[in-house]
Amino acid sequence: MSTLSADLASTNVDAVSTHDDHHDHHDTSGDTVFGFWLYLMTDCLLFASFFATYAVLFMNTAGGVSGKDIFELDFVAVETAALLLSSITFGFAMIAAQGQKKALTLAWLLVTFCLGAVFIGMEIYEFHHLIVNGHGPQHSAFLSSFFALVGLHGLHVTAGLIWMTIMMIEVVRRGLGKATVTRLSCLSLFWHFLDIVWICVFTVVYLMGAM
Amino acid sequence: MSFLGKITLDAIPLHDPILVVTMIGIALGGLILLGLITKYKKWGVLWHGWITSVDHKRLGVMYIILALIMLFRGFSDAILMRSQLALATNGSPGYLPPEHYDQIFTAHGVIMIIFMAMPFMVGLMNIILPLQIGARDVAFPFLNNLSFWLTASGAILMNISLVFGEFAKTGWVAYPPLSELTFSPGVGVDYYIWALQISGLGTLLTSVNFLVTVFKMRAPGMTLMKMPIFTWTCTWANILIAASFPILTAVLAMLTLDRYMDFHFFTNDLGGNSMMYINLFWAWGHPEVYILVLPAFGIFSEIISTFTGKRLFGYKSMIYASGAISILGFVVWLHHFFTMGSSANVNAFFGVMTMIIAVPTGVKLFNWLFTIYRGRLRITVPVLWTLGFMVTFTIGGMTGVLLAIPGADYVLHNSLFLIAHFHNTIIGGAVFGYLAGFAFWFPKAMGFKLNEKWGKVSFWCWIVGFFVAFMPLYVLGFLGMTRRLNHTNTPEWNFWLYLAAVGAIIIMFGIIAQVIQLYVSFRDREALDDETGDPWNGHTLEWATASPPQAYNFAVIPHVDDIDAWTDMKEKGQAYITKSSYSPIHMPKNTSAGVLMGAALTIFCFAMVWHIWWLAGAGLIGAIAVFIKRCYCNDVDYYVQPDEILETEQAFNLSGREGVKA
Repeated sequence: MSTLSADLASTNVDAVSTHDDHHDHHDTSGDTVFGFWLYLMTDCLLFASFFATYAVLFMNTAGGVSGKDIFELDFVAVETAALLLSSITFGFAMIAAQGQKKALTLAWLLVTFCLGAVFIGMEIYEFHHLIVNGHGPQHSAFLSSFFALVGLHGLHVTAGLIWMTIMMIEVVRRGLGKATVTRLSCLSLFWHFLDIVWICVFTVVYLMGAM
Repeated sequence: MSFLGKITLDAIPLHDPILVVTMIGIALGGLILLGLITKYKKWGVLWHGWITSVDHKRLGVMYIILALIMLFRGFSDAILMRSQLALATNGSPGYLPPEHYDQIFTAHGVIMIIFMAMPFMVGLMNIILPLQIGARDVAFPFLNNLSFWLTASGAILMNISLVFGEFAKTGWVAYPPLSELTFSPGVGVDYYIWALQISGLGTLLTSVNFLVTVFKMRAPGMTLMKMPIFTWTCTWANILIAASFPILTAVLAMLTLDRYMDFHFFTNDLGGNSMMYINLFWAWGHPEVYILVLPAFGIFSEIISTFTGKRLFGYKSMIYASGAISILGFVVWLHHFFTMGSSANVNAFFGVMTMIIAVPTGVKLFNWLFTIYRGRLRITVPVLWTLGFMVTFTIGGMTGVLLAIPGADYVLHNSLFLIAHFHNTIIGGAVFGYLAGFAFWFPKAMGFKLNEKWGKVSFWCWIVGFFVAFMPLYVLGFLGMTRRLNHTNTPEWNFWLYLAAVGAIIIMFGIIAQVIQLYVSFRDREALDDETGDPWNGHTLEWATASPPQAYNFAVIPHVDDIDAWTDMKEKGQAYITKSSYSPIHMPKNTSAGVLMGAALTIFCFAMVWHIWWLAGAGLIGAIAVFIKRCYCNDVDYYVQPDEILETEQAFNLSGREGVKA
């Protein structure tokens, strides 16, 4: 039913734009993706602020542990691999969506979701592990800025997983209409963006911290 | 943990007579307003025409109403402070105890910057920018409505703090460690955090929305270098918002973590560094003042070129100067705390960068002067504000250059000289600009002009009052008086403190004159009616529409060939033309999602302030649920039918042509 009305709406739009000599109803999906991209740039600055704070505070361990004492690179490497792989699988999902292959899109989204969930699960385990060993964020400025920066990224990934769930439901119910593909494109931008941020987190926090 | 968190009956400040009277006043005023709305059966109009509206013009009007209400509140705070300081001399305690006085100066700063100036600027931009670029709405109309309600939520939260609990006593910058839990254990700083956080989110969404609008929705033919100058300065401001507000979000989030979860970003112990807060705060705060003033520069440019009947002198240099100010605005933040004790070279860098900003600003002033040169300047109310600005802002700019010298700043830091300087630039620059824009575009938004006589009375009271109120503060700064003093015991300051209080009262008469002006203009609206949609012989496309504009703005999107597109159309005889037929126009439908999300997030923030966790969870989930539902709703638009458009256009073009003949 809803698919039908969406289709009707899109034919109406086409009729108008061909009848009017000026492009008074322009293609809004491009605007949506551009707007979302701008939002991501603001998000990038949010992360930049947390990175800057981490850079200023990471040596302030207040006599407690430093990165060298608590980071386990093997563990984080697996976590990182899961997230990077999920970017590729999301890419496959987008190719399938552009080709209007509903089942394949859903399958790749599901794989992406699972990889994202593995990443978040491992991060929660890491945080839990640190807190029960007495290295919670309240113990030093270093730990505060570490938990905040990594946690902020984790919150974003969690939001991405919730969004992905909703998108999978939408694809099941409405198929791959234009609006749905636009939303998938936005989520895809978001997901790849989080990957890039994670590469910075992995480098600045974990690699440089463990050195 | 209690069901109601930290909230108890003691939270209501019944012990303070000033607050009790204020509360009774607000309650009575609110009841009368609700009664009147009910009596005249206006709830439907209010809900369908305004609260749920996604029309950028109506949202703009609501922003400005919010700004004016908050101007009254912020100005009441100013009167309280000035009268306290005039009474509390020679060791007398005055009538405001420190714990109340400290809340007043904090609230004054937050309200005037975040809930007066910002909504005023965003309101004017909302009404005018889409019209100037020949668009029918903004890129994301629902998001625009949501942004307004987020801003309003912040303002409501601010005012709730009057009744429940307290507001921050930290000054509007809320520097740690004072704003940390150790030294500010009450809820005041929490109100501050959440009010700024939620309205900041609204502002950020506005900037994204308007950037997409400007880059994607300009009328055909309007290249970037043919955009009206106000649109250009707003665009620079939006770029600044997008680049700086995330820093505010981040720094407030860190302070939140410190206060709520025992983190140590800015605490004195366990490695925290309070200077990190101050750096981040001003990395947002300094661009913020250019966010406020750049659109005002755009308004002055529009007014000067309109009322001299000339093209703006140096259009391109105006755009590049705005760009230079925007970029330089990001590399001067450290001048707010030269006294931090960074090295001489660091201070010198930031001092020099600060002084360089005077160059593009000077370019602008000369452009305005050259526009006036050999023009026929009509002395109307918008022009008076502009001329007043040019004098006042120049003084403020020069004292800014004085403060930019690190050596001098060590003496003047946190003195009243600084207070005089920034009021000089923000009132003389931004507020005069918004009031000029208010007088200039009022007929466009409301359909009738404002009374000139009362406008002039208001202007003269404002400008005289401004100089009488703030010039003494420069003197007091040189005499060594620091900011945020509650009472004084230095006889040689007394005269200047009395004088400043007199100045504040003169400004009060200016505000009263504005209220009278609104009343008189509304009473005489038939006589002041603007039938042509172009009361000032304007230059840009907003004057090509009716006053108030048709819901769809333009029946046919005009083709733009010139910077002064409407002047060009009038010269070519393309104005007020009715076509024989029109195509249906695609328009967004109203939605209640914005106001519902705003309400849910207000509840969330209030609950966070008082640690009522279950309610905070409910509010947040409610807001997210409404948002998701809205995102997946397909029934979001409708079509205006051709016969309806034809009827509207015929009526408007007829009255427009008659108006031109007359």
